[in-house]
Amino acid sequence: MYDKIFKPKKIELLTGEVVEEKVSRTWIYWIIIIIIIGLSVLLTNFDFSALSRSGLFLQKLASMLPPNWSYFDKVLPPLLDTIKMSFFASLLGALLAVPFAILAANNIVKNRLVNGIIRFIFMLARTLPTLVLALIATYIFGLGTFAGVVAIFIFTFSFIGKQLFEVIETVDMGPFEAAEALGVSPLKAFFIAVFPQVLPTYLSTALYAFEGNVRYAAILGYVGAGGIGNILNDRVNFRDFASVGMILVSILVTVMIIDSVSALIRKKIA
Amino acid sequence: MRGKMNSQIIEEYNRRPKRWLYYLLIFIILLAISIWSTSVVHYHGVSEYGALIAKNIFTGIFHPDSSLIFNFTETGLAYLLLQTFAIGILGTLVGAIIAVPLSFLAATNLVPNWLAYLTRFVLMAIRTIPSFIYALLFIPVVGLGSSAGVMALGFESIGMIAKLFIEAIEDLDMGVIEAMDAAGATTFQKIRFGVLPQLLPDLYSILLYRLDMNLRDAAILGLVGAGGIGAPLSFAMSGYKWSSVGAILLGLLVLIIFVELISSRIRKKLAKG
Repeated sequence: MYDKIFKPKKIELLTGEVVEEKVSRTWIYWIIIIIIIGLSVLLTNFDFSALSRSGLFLQKLASMLPPNWSYFDKVLPPLLDTIKMSFFASLLGALLAVPFAILAANNIVKNRLVNGIIRFIFMLARTLPTLVLALIATYIFGLGTFAGVVAIFIFTFSFIGKQLFEVIETVDMGPFEAAEALGVSPLKAFFIAVFPQVLPTYLSTALYAFEGNVRYAAILGYVGAGGIGNILNDRVNFRDFASVGMILVSILVTVMIIDSVSALIRKKIA
Repeated sequence: MRGKMNSQIIEEYNRRPKRWLYYLLIFIILLAISIWSTSVVHYHGVSEYGALIAKNIFTGIFHPDSSLIFNFTETGLAYLLLQTFAIGILGTLVGAIIAVPLSFLAATNLVPNWLAYLTRFVLMAIRTIPSFIYALLFIPVVGLGSSAGVMALGFESIGMIAKLFIEAIEDLDMGVIEAMDAAGATTFQKIRFGVLPQLLPDLYSILLYRLDMNLRDAAILGLVGAGGIGAPLSFAMSGYKWSSVGAILLGLLVLIIFVELISSRIRKKLAKG
């Protein structure tokens, strides 16, 4: 169809052969992309002068420096809360994800219906943004860290669960079948033949999730789900940018430490 | 002969590395941190009130507010979802515009090491600031509404786009460029036919991946007043309008799953070429 409208260019080679060079279709994709961007600009009423005013934004950002160092005493307790929240929720999520991932992997549990239901649960839990989950959790469990733990737990559970069942499905099934042939029960066969194969990926996914969760946990306080987000929101509302800067520096340092420790462990595992 | 081999095997098996002390240590450390961290779990039990709300949200999802779903004006679900999507797209675009030049400055195969590590530190600092802080900082600059959301998402996206794009740049096959050099290509030709064809597919798939994530983030930026579906959601919740909450959550689920399916399909196509 396309080749009939835009005739391919015919090139005669030195050998006398005739080859056709089809006209590039890239421009169609570009037109589609430009239309989508144009529509987005219309829908959001995006104000292009906003870009020219980003100087003002940078000025605000700069007012966070130097940070208000003396504020650190007030930063420490909620910061520790944030780390505790993400650690506890990550651990719980990572542990609970294992049985569900086994049920979702169709090379271990050969029941399409069970696989499908568990995968649907993973997808549903992964789809809702963490902050929305936290917002709902604050309505159900009340304000405070517990709501945050629930939100991070749900996210970690679905994230690790999805990664894990995908890895389980790609393992070498030979050892598992050999164990089963020797009369070992499927569950035991899984733990002696499949689990060692997926363990490194499982651990590094869990660590990766924990790293990300520390960042996420830092914002959950915005909806009242505990942690450092509470004071962050509070300080921004008071336009106390030097303290905001102190909070952000603390988060940055914490995240950097956790990232490098976990990168070290992950390198050791791999 | 067989007996000797078996005993050898058993001997070897007994000499296998026994690292139970090592594992025990890890287990004790993990246990200690877990016990330390349980102090945040003040579980008071779900109050009757909380249980009622949980039930209401469930019934809300199964009985969504149809007037919101079939309302095609500016306050309807369809418009708000499209707007959220649009914020996500433009945010990704803004992020890409800022992140791409920074990535070149952070690639160790193109610039001196000190500059690369400095840029990486800046990128890490940019990534640490949560999106709602960017949104709250942009609202006084550009006013309440979607523009603030776009800019906030843009800044939020820089870190991840740059991180992945730097890897792509560092994986660049320099052989192709050297060969072109030897064939007498100009700098422009080298970039156009040697560098871009290697980098663009990676960039497209990074951006699509980020678009997925930005859609989720765009949904929450409304909570701070930066446009999109977040504001109506939080109003509906604080007003206990559970059927509206149900309709919005359902709409959000459908939109995110739909975009994820399309983007993973396009990414698969990009990877295969």
